[in-house]
Amino acid sequence: MRIIISNSSPDPIYEQVGRQVKAQIISGELREGEALPSIRKLAQELQISVITTKRAYEELEKEGFIDTVEGKGSFVAMQNKELLREKKMKLVEEKMAEAVDEARLLGITRAELDEMLALLYGEKD
Amino acid sequence: MDHAIEIMGLRKEYRGFALDNVTFDVPQGYIMGLIGPNGAGKTTIIKLVMNLIRRDAGEVRLFGLDNLRSEAAVKSRIGFVYDIPRFPEDLRLQTIASAISAFYDKWDDGRFRDLLDEFRLSPRQVFKKLSHGMKMKFSLAVALAHDADLILLDEPTAGLDPVFRLELLTKLRALIQNERKTVLFSSHITSDLERVADFITFIHKGRIVFSAAKDEILETWGVVRTAVDGLKPEDIPGVRGIRRSEHSLEVLTSDLAAAKGLLCGRTVFDKASLEDIMFYISKGNAHA
Repeated sequence: MRIIISNSSPDPIYEQVGRQVKAQIISGELREGEALPSIRKLAQELQISVITTKRAYEELEKEGFIDTVEGKGSFVAMQNKELLREKKMKLVEEKMAEAVDEARLLGITRAELDEMLALLYGEKD
Repeated sequence: MDHAIEIMGLRKEYRGFALDNVTFDVPQGYIMGLIGPNGAGKTTIIKLVMNLIRRDAGEVRLFGLDNLRSEAAVKSRIGFVYDIPRFPEDLRLQTIASAISAFYDKWDDGRFRDLLDEFRLSPRQVFKKLSHGMKMKFSLAVALAHDADLILLDEPTAGLDPVFRLELLTKLRALIQNERKTVLFSSHITSDLERVADFITFIHKGRIVFSAAKDEILETWGVVRTAVDGLKPEDIPGVRGIRRSEHSLEVLTSDLAAAKGLLCGRTVFDKASLEDIMFYISKGNAHA
């Protein structure tokens, strides 16, 4: 597991940890059933509070990315391939929703937005 | 959650200073930082926990036991590191250690030697010839050698260079890999605690301002800076400290999220660091 914490990031540290673990699970870098470092071990390695790593793991568990077995530790949850794709889709959807909100606020039209998306996707030059 | 320390309604009066109604718990298995400006009462609290001074009122429980009635039993489970380590000046470290070891059932000489090695100290060195940082290391080695369940440190990082401070903090983090070990650490150097502490208790003028999980504090508290003709302090929710200057108004709030909801030009919202919190509470006036 590779995690890098930024102290100057506006995002809370537990979110930074959670996001990076999630990304590594989605990309397959962390495999199903693989053991994660213990809450205390990870806190020591990253030099952060135990409460922070505990919260990051709790959120990951709630979202179904990891399972925690009392006395044994935390493991990457068995991922249903379709479910995984759905989760990835949901991430993209959330980001798009953010972009749409911003666009509305600035009075950008749907057509303009479509054009931007096409450009970003590399359909036009 | 089990508590290593429970403090209830603690009171101690001195001429011109009173520690009053101090109540907070230190959960077992975590690092609690006790912060506050000099003279806030941090050392007084630690001395009362250790029963080095007589309290005027209140109760202290250590590992669930009364700290006066079970004094010997609880003290054998505490490792205490003073701000200025005091040991017989002319003795060698090994001589001091063997004298101290008699007081502790769980003294582990092998572990003590390993710690000295790790801290690059020799058992043959004479105490008074050590630098302040080396004295601190020796003191910490003594505290850790008897397998204490609770490590109390009073301003351990004051006067130390950043390299040693980091080494000490890493050591404390490693210690609580064991979930039964607890650390209470007082400091006015907030950056040390910002990194390593799980909980923070903030004390000011002998009273507790808050005692909470560090993450919670750092996520909810903030500083609002606005032009003098901008927001008024009474418009801002959760005001805990105010600082006015000719050009701007700075307000410490314990509810940054709600404050951000205020729509106003020329206003910036920042997260508060522990240093900001200490600064605005001790220098700013909430009712100015």
